[in-house]
Amino acid sequence: MSVTAETIVSIAHLARLALDEKAIPHYAEDMNRILHWVEQMNSADTQGIEPMAHPRDLGQRLRPDEVTESDQRECFQANAPQTEAGLYLVPQVIE
Amino acid sequence: MEWETVIGLEVHVQLQTASKIFSGASTAYGALPNTQACGVDLGLPGVLPVLNANTVHMAVKFGLSVDAEIAHRSVFARKNYFYPDLPKGYQISQFELPIVGKGHLDIQLDEETVKRIGITRAHLEEDAGKSLHEDFQGMTGIDLNRAGTPLLEIVSEPDMRSANEAVAYLKTLHALVRYLEISDGNMQEGSFRCDANISMRPKGQSKLGTRAEIKNINSFRFVEKAINYEVERQIQVLESGGSIVQETRLYDSDRDETRSMRSKEEANDYRYFPDPDLLPLNIDDHFIGEIKKTLPELPHEKRQRFEKAYGLSTYDANNLVASRELAEYFETVLKESKAPAKLVVNWVMGELSAALNKESLDITTSKITASALAQLLARINDNTISGKIAKTIFEGMWLGEGDADSIIEKQGLKQITDTSAIEPIIDEVMANNPQQLAQYREGKDKLFGFFIGQVMKACAGKANPAQVNELLRKKLQQD
Repeated sequence: MSVTAETIVSIAHLARLALDEKAIPHYAEDMNRILHWVEQMNSADTQGIEPMAHPRDLGQRLRPDEVTESDQRECFQANAPQTEAGLYLVPQVIE
Repeated sequence: MEWETVIGLEVHVQLQTASKIFSGASTAYGALPNTQACGVDLGLPGVLPVLNANTVHMAVKFGLSVDAEIAHRSVFARKNYFYPDLPKGYQISQFELPIVGKGHLDIQLDEETVKRIGITRAHLEEDAGKSLHEDFQGMTGIDLNRAGTPLLEIVSEPDMRSANEAVAYLKTLHALVRYLEISDGNMQEGSFRCDANISMRPKGQSKLGTRAEIKNINSFRFVEKAINYEVERQIQVLESGGSIVQETRLYDSDRDETRSMRSKEEANDYRYFPDPDLLPLNIDDHFIGEIKKTLPELPHEKRQRFEKAYGLSTYDANNLVASRELAEYFETVLKESKAPAKLVVNWVMGELSAALNKESLDITTSKITASALAQLLARINDNTISGKIAKTIFEGMWLGEGDADSIIEKQGLKQITDTSAIEPIIDEVMANNPQQLAQYREGKDKLFGFFIGQVMKACAGKANPAQVNELLRKKLQQD
């Protein structure tokens, strides 16, 4: 698999990252190297092996369905740039 | 060209838990903004999600009720996208390995036709917060109380062929989640939301056409209207030589139309990957077996029992089992009144339903309890009152004038079943209508109804109709 400049631009857009136009070929090269390195795994025989979803071979622990959190809105909103009527205000997201 | 409509539905069911799927914050509806959004829901640095056992329980319960495979191992994945009401920048969902696999749901289309709709999968996920666009000049307000609320997304196969079938499927599914007590199913509050995938293809073709997805339709009526509109739109596009664009559309109930919602420039690319904060969910047969024991009688089982045990038609039985509460109400009335099932159905689906509809109430808020209605129907059944008088008493009961027996007593509505009391009335009616009597005896049989009417009128409807019938016939033939 080879990463092109277009892939870099598209990934950056999806991640909302601003890229320096000139750095794009550089990122593409780095990413290709990483992928090339990972590609070594393709030489391993994985026939019949269940794919891992997590590096730790454990199962998910469950929590009883109980309300344990109290209202800390004031504390959380102390960090927010702008609030009104208990809401977080953000730049308008629909045109 | 003749077109075939193909519909698949995705339903988001809000699970009826006390706390959120990954945090201990409350899920109660209607709290002040952001007072039920804790650090985990806000995606603050350093927090970790811990799965709510009850959501797993409910998902398995649902899976069992639709004969689905329950995954012994399922995995949570991150669905990545940016929106202000999604604080983490991703939604925790399930992708490749959902908790509930293939199953099916049977829907009743009419008295004879049952159609099996395939269920592709059902998976657990968290809800996002709410964006409020109206009230803040140039800004959007964000309420994160709903963020992290547990949802079960139920995906159907593209097995439905009309808006009617889609609505029947949704109603069946709605009744099912309420029977299972995994959701309150409240559509106004968003506890049961539907997205519809719709495409057209020439009749006889097996390949599916390009589909459009209609988002968030929040009532059964709108589902029907939205689908019908979209079907017409797609046929028009196709027949004028155009092609359908795969896109998300929004149904506008005010204008009764669907509109393109997202710009096409950016195809959805959610880059799912397993959430490293959560381990795979392992479920063993013992766990599944224990849940199996808690399954209630399901709507289709109840319907079959009603048909068999009470001799009801599929139509009546179907109406009654639409909600668990209605079915329970019916059975209580039936048991306590000892009246025939058909009489009970007619009253519950007739007078009572009409009265409830008129005041926008449902069976749980009925002004007449099942026991109270049972008393009234018992009085019809033991001939204390006629069905006609019962309607008057019913109105009194609805207005809070007391129970059936006390209204009968107070207003002297007790049916006259004493022959010696009815006979003089009949004699009087015959004496007062010599002309009609003569005509009747000359063979004008239709006048029998006239006499019945006169007798009932003379005794203010209190005489037993069957008895009047018999006595009158006898007397008219005599002399």
